[in-house]
Amino acid sequence: MGKCRRKRLHLRNLYAFKGRKSTFQEDHSHIGGPGFSRVVYCNEPNSPASERRNYAGNYVRSTKYTPASFIPKSLFEQFRRVANFYFLVTGILSLTALSPYSPISALLPLGFVITASMVKEGIEDWGRKKQDIEMNNRKVKVYDGNGIFRREEWRNLKVGDIVRVEKDEFFPADLLLLSSSYEDSICYVETMNLDGETNLKVKQSLEVTSSALHEDSDFKDLKAVVRCEDPNADLYTFVGTLDFEQQKSPLSIQQLLLRDSKLRNTEYVYGAVVFTGHDTKVIQNSTDPPSKRSRIERKMDKIIYLMFGVVFLMSFIGSIVFGIETREDRVRNGGRTERWYLKPDDAEILFDPERAPMAAIYHFFTAVMLYSYFIPISLYVSIEIVKVLQSVFINNDILMYYEETDKPAHARTSNLNEELGMVDTILSDKTGTLTCNSMEFIKCSVAGTAYGRGITEVERSMAMRSNGTSLVDDDLDVVVDRSGPKIKGFNFVDERVIKGNWVKQRDAVVLQKFFRLLAVCHTAIPEINEATGTVSYEAESPDEASFVVAARELGFEFFSRTQNGVSFRELDLTSGKTVERVYRLLNVLEFNSARKRMSVIVRDEDGKLLLLSKGADNVMFERLAKNGRKFEEKTREHVNEYADAGLRTLILAYREVDENEYIEFSKNFNEAKNSVTADREILIDEITDKMERDLILLGATAVEDKLQNGVPDCIDKLAQAGIKIWVLTGDKMETAINIGFACSLLRQEMKQIVINLETPHIKALEKAGEKHAIEQASRESVVKQMEEGKALIKGSKGASSHEAFALIIDGKSLTYALEDDFKKMFLDLATGCASVICCRSSPKQKALVTRLVKTGTGKTTLAIGDGANDVGMLQEADIGIGISGVEGMQAVMSSDIAIAQFRYLERLLLVHGHWCYNRISSMICYFFYKNITFGVTVFLYEAYTSFSAQPAYNDWFLSLFNVFFSSLPVIALGVFDQDVSARYCYKFPLLYQEGVQNLLFSWKRIIGWMLNGVFTALAIFFLCKESLKHQLYNPNGKTAGREILGGTMYTCVVWVVNLQMALAISYFTWVQHIVIWGSVAFWYIFLMIYGAIAPSFSTDAYKVFTEALAPALSYWLTTLFVMIFTLIPFFVFKSVQMRFFPGYHQMIQWIRYEGHSNDPEFVEMVRQRSIRPTTVGFTARRAASVRRSGRFHEQLKKNFIAF
Amino acid sequence: MSSIAASSTIGGSGSAEPSGVKKTSKRPKYSKFTQQELPACKPILTPRWVILTFLVAGVVFIPLGVICLFASQGVVEIVDRYDTDCVPETSRNNKVAYIQGAGDKICNRTIMVNKTMKHPVYIYYQLENFYQNHRRYVKSRNDAQLRSPREEHDVKTCAPEDNVDGQPIVPCGLVAWSLFNDTYRFSRNNQQLPVNKKGISWKSDKENKFGKNVFPKHFQKGAPIGGGALDPNKSLSEQEDLIVWMRTAALPTFRKLYGKIETDLKSGDTITVLLENNYNTYSFNGEKKLVLSTTSWLGGRNDFLGIAYLTVGSICLFLAVTFAVLYLVKPRQLGDPSYLSWNRSAGGLQ
Repeated sequence: MGKCRRKRLHLRNLYAFKGRKSTFQEDHSHIGGPGFSRVVYCNEPNSPASERRNYAGNYVRSTKYTPASFIPKSLFEQFRRVANFYFLVTGILSLTALSPYSPISALLPLGFVITASMVKEGIEDWGRKKQDIEMNNRKVKVYDGNGIFRREEWRNLKVGDIVRVEKDEFFPADLLLLSSSYEDSICYVETMNLDGETNLKVKQSLEVTSSALHEDSDFKDLKAVVRCEDPNADLYTFVGTLDFEQQKSPLSIQQLLLRDSKLRNTEYVYGAVVFTGHDTKVIQNSTDPPSKRSRIERKMDKIIYLMFGVVFLMSFIGSIVFGIETREDRVRNGGRTERWYLKPDDAEILFDPERAPMAAIYHFFTAVMLYSYFIPISLYVSIEIVKVLQSVFINNDILMYYEETDKPAHARTSNLNEELGMVDTILSDKTGTLTCNSMEFIKCSVAGTAYGRGITEVERSMAMRSNGTSLVDDDLDVVVDRSGPKIKGFNFVDERVIKGNWVKQRDAVVLQKFFRLLAVCHTAIPEINEATGTVSYEAESPDEASFVVAARELGFEFFSRTQNGVSFRELDLTSGKTVERVYRLLNVLEFNSARKRMSVIVRDEDGKLLLLSKGADNVMFERLAKNGRKFEEKTREHVNEYADAGLRTLILAYREVDENEYIEFSKNFNEAKNSVTADREILIDEITDKMERDLILLGATAVEDKLQNGVPDCIDKLAQAGIKIWVLTGDKMETAINIGFACSLLRQEMKQIVINLETPHIKALEKAGEKHAIEQASRESVVKQMEEGKALIKGSKGASSHEAFALIIDGKSLTYALEDDFKKMFLDLATGCASVICCRSSPKQKALVTRLVKTGTGKTTLAIGDGANDVGMLQEADIGIGISGVEGMQAVMSSDIAIAQFRYLERLLLVHGHWCYNRISSMICYFFYKNITFGVTVFLYEAYTSFSAQPAYNDWFLSLFNVFFSSLPVIALGVFDQDVSARYCYKFPLLYQEGVQNLLFSWKRIIGWMLNGVFTALAIFFLCKESLKHQLYNPNGKTAGREILGGTMYTCVVWVVNLQMALAISYFTWVQHIVIWGSVAFWYIFLMIYGAIAPSFSTDAYKVFTEALAPALSYWLTTLFVMIFTLIPFFVFKSVQMRFFPGYHQMIQWIRYEGHSNDPEFVEMVRQRSIRPTTVGFTARRAASVRRSGRFHEQLKKNFIAF
Repeated sequence: MSSIAASSTIGGSGSAEPSGVKKTSKRPKYSKFTQQELPACKPILTPRWVILTFLVAGVVFIPLGVICLFASQGVVEIVDRYDTDCVPETSRNNKVAYIQGAGDKICNRTIMVNKTMKHPVYIYYQLENFYQNHRRYVKSRNDAQLRSPREEHDVKTCAPEDNVDGQPIVPCGLVAWSLFNDTYRFSRNNQQLPVNKKGISWKSDKENKFGKNVFPKHFQKGAPIGGGALDPNKSLSEQEDLIVWMRTAALPTFRKLYGKIETDLKSGDTITVLLENNYNTYSFNGEKKLVLSTTSWLGGRNDFLGIAYLTVGSICLFLAVTFAVLYLVKPRQLGDPSYLSWNRSAGGLQ
């Protein structure tokens, strides 16, 4: 305990807190009223008063179902699907006399399918349940009322419990902070799980509680009552009052510790449970992510509706014919009837010729049941199974596993697998997605001298840009393969400075001040590893961390922050030894986006008051003192250079502060901080503004926002695949453009269409501050610029197809461009450009742009991002990909698929996406093919029974067709088929266009397969009928009855459907062999087993195979003939197509087959002939530069040899 | 495009070793299955395969066709349509009245044997335009009742031929009720040709579907009477005519086995058929034919399969030649961009 005490700090100086005395505000008057009725009796959760309240427990359930609700709820979910509902209706109808078959034929497959779907649902829910169990059984220390805190499961927490949360633990519920290990009872909280922000937030308890409660034993007689608002989803407000020791104090969000956030840098806190379980803010906040359906599935629904149409049409026709024929049977004069053997004069309504119209109507329902085989009942469940298995493959792909963070790819939904193969536009976030979001200190400029020899990626690419033709492959490889620096955040190489060499520099004094400033001016918190003695830092932003790290590496090791001081070790210039220095930290003038700077006021060991400041160049240069501008010119030069190289720069400056000046400042500053007026912020700004003047320039730092490994390469591949890439970033234009160059989205000869509002005219208006005028002028300006851009693109069309444009637009202009009147124009302009970069865009704008592209082009969009600011975009896009990087889980939680690195997108799209698309589309086509084949034979046979709805097959045959004899091969197709191997997907990225253009699921292909099905059915029916008709079909003189014709036809259907599958797939593993031949074999086995069962069960299938079919040679000859005959058209079609009109994947199959994949000329021919000009990526860049030099062909050849 | 850059992302495929994996690592386990690298056969339709396939199909099918055709041609079949001829000229304008009327409907038919028929000669009756596969008809029976005397009251699916005066009919239902009842007696040179009516039904039907101790009851007792009657003293399993009839035909034109003649019929023989024309096919314009036929290993006389095999075999050979010529004359247009539909439309900038 005492040890903890010693660590107690007063850190309030570090942060400009609101005054500790919170005041009752207007909201507090509501307490007790409606919406503010919650009453929490702290430390007496079991008292009658709190029991009367009966608040929910802390058990949290994220599952969709409970054991009790599972059956009804999931059944309901299943029957919401039109197809399933249809089968339910036919199932119910099958229990009536209307049914053409026994109820079992309708109910068995339905039951099977529904059970399979429910099992899948159940397994998924069980996964969530396990998470719940894990979460609910986490332990926390809870006060047991007798002075002891016992470990208790989270789920047992009750409102009013007192808990003690230790460092790095999660808060189990929404807690009222009572006190912490710090004396002023603040605590640091990480809210990554809530809002995705990694920086720490500070909470502070009320003084009344913190002063009374320090140790476990203090809680013995604690009595307090909290009255507060009812549970709600607002994370940023909380209204309540605390009755404690006859004192009433107001509570705000500052005292509320939210569930799922984490205690950091604080030994322990005490808290009282206010909201539990589903009442907590984080759970109130959790909404189900929008459910997305893939384009293919939506189209599939259309096909299903089409099939419904066909079924109803056929039933209608059948009913009319049936009605007419039934009517013919009516009693003529003389009491005679036509088909007397049907006894029409004594018929129930279904067959009554006197009431033929009624009979026809009833027949319609019967026919709808009979033709239900046109609708593949197992389609949905098969697709679901397939997609889950595909997701398993994605999750287990070792090439998408990121070693460093130990994160494999994770498909959070399996709905969108095939959509991955159809992406037309990628909308990418920049920071954390294209870049690592790890800042590396790479250069600095001190006293007008530039230090740092590290080459940034942008510089490398700029070098390539400037001497175009001399592109060396090795450079690119370095980009891909270069491993990260040994020290995170530090990539500074310069012999003049490292290892203490800086003391020998001419400006050693300035250098010392510069590094000292880096070591002192920040809000980072050091963490000392006890074992190794090394120091690491917890900082609000990665920039800041890189500064402290840089200072440490250069010999200025910041190692401790005390309540009013900053300690660091440095080299003493005179003695040459390492000494420890402690600077008294007096004030922190915080960073915010308006000030664009951050300063600290410290007193050094000599008692001198220093203001140390760092900030953006535009705000800092104007604050320099006259005598502080010694290095201004040089520094400006360097800063511009750095910015060109894509680096983030900050200017460092300082000044010495006069004692009297500080006293006055301190007084004003504290007053301002403690004021409660509305203009408090302005007041503070004014005071700090006065302070941060007359600075003396020290130099500038340059930090690199590093591109992730392999990003340029990946972008190049995606561009070659014809995918358009837009970058949506919140960064400023220059940085965005630099990154654009670095990852080859932009290149030298591209015409840049820049749209911004930085014109002098607008600026002048902004100064004047007339809101309406600004708006008007801005809008006009944006529209004008867009029109100019469009004209430019139009002008270049036809001239040269190689000319490419890039659109760069900033957030302000975007506001106007996205207005309803102009968004069409903006989209036209943007789609005309090869690259689009939107900078300074807000999260909302990102989402709006995504929506515009999605709805405007009608193509599939994919959004990729890593931060909370990308959530809108991810949810809006057809597919949202979350990067499970450093910026928390928010993006991942709202994404559809999470990957660890941008570069995995290449494999995800080009390989998995393409495969899944190919598989699912083939699978659906095939599904309809097989069901049409089956259904049409049923229909044709019915036509020969005068449409009396007599099925051709035994009831069990009917019901098992979709379930057993044709389902596994199609699932295997959906899971395993590969048109080309992964290697070739990479080698020929344009293959991806098959998905983007949706060639494999075009109506042409779908209808083609359906017609193939109709043909197959016609062939099967008529060939079987002709070959078996009324003739004796075996040497014993027996004739073929219904069961024999049915059995033969069914055998043909099973064979043909499975052989067709074998012809259609291009990838035979043992799995395919087993399922295809197994299905056929299983049919015979089934026939034997079923036929061996007593006739009361097997009815007319009794011994039909062993006795009637198998011994008859004509059965086998017919089967052989039918199956070969029906496959000939498809075989011819495929042969001709393969040879003379190969699709792109078929060309690649040829290349592989003929072993030309390593023959550069051959590959080049295929690629060159089929590739459309790629306009972005380094391939395009190289092509463009080669074009310039006029050695096009030669160079290409050279490049492709490299394959 | 550089080779190394390309392979740096692809090349890992083989080298993924799970070496040094910590227990807690989420690294996916490497297996050929999960990485979708199973060894696979990836057939493509090369000219050789296409031509070979068609050749093989042709070479197999044509002989098969010839054999089938031979078998079919070897079968001797005599078909005699008698529905109209067996109605006296005077009654031909109202055949239904004649058939439903009382009196003897004996009819004599003469059949010439043009080709020697080796025994057994199968006798069939052929009905046309008779919907034995009509749903109402097919369903109108009760298999349980046929199997076991205990189930004789189980007539629920047999309506309207289920009860007579409250007594269950055995066998019930329309199928049994409409039992075919024309009879044929054959004689050659005034010498009776015995007709063997044993063994005309499927063994499984006789043994397992029609009970040995189930006897017809109240059969054809209600009005109107449909077809033939049954001997109430013979168990159902011995009533082979009924068993054959009850195995419903697939199509509206069908033949059913009537019996067998166990002697050879020589070419030039004249067979006289004494025919009792009882069955009413006139009201629905159905034809009635008497068929005598021998069998081959393939069954009866049906050229269809043979001709089909021959035709398709020839087509296959023709296709083999066509493809061979095509492949020779027209070399492959690999990678011709004009075949890529998306490329045509998407040329230019985008």
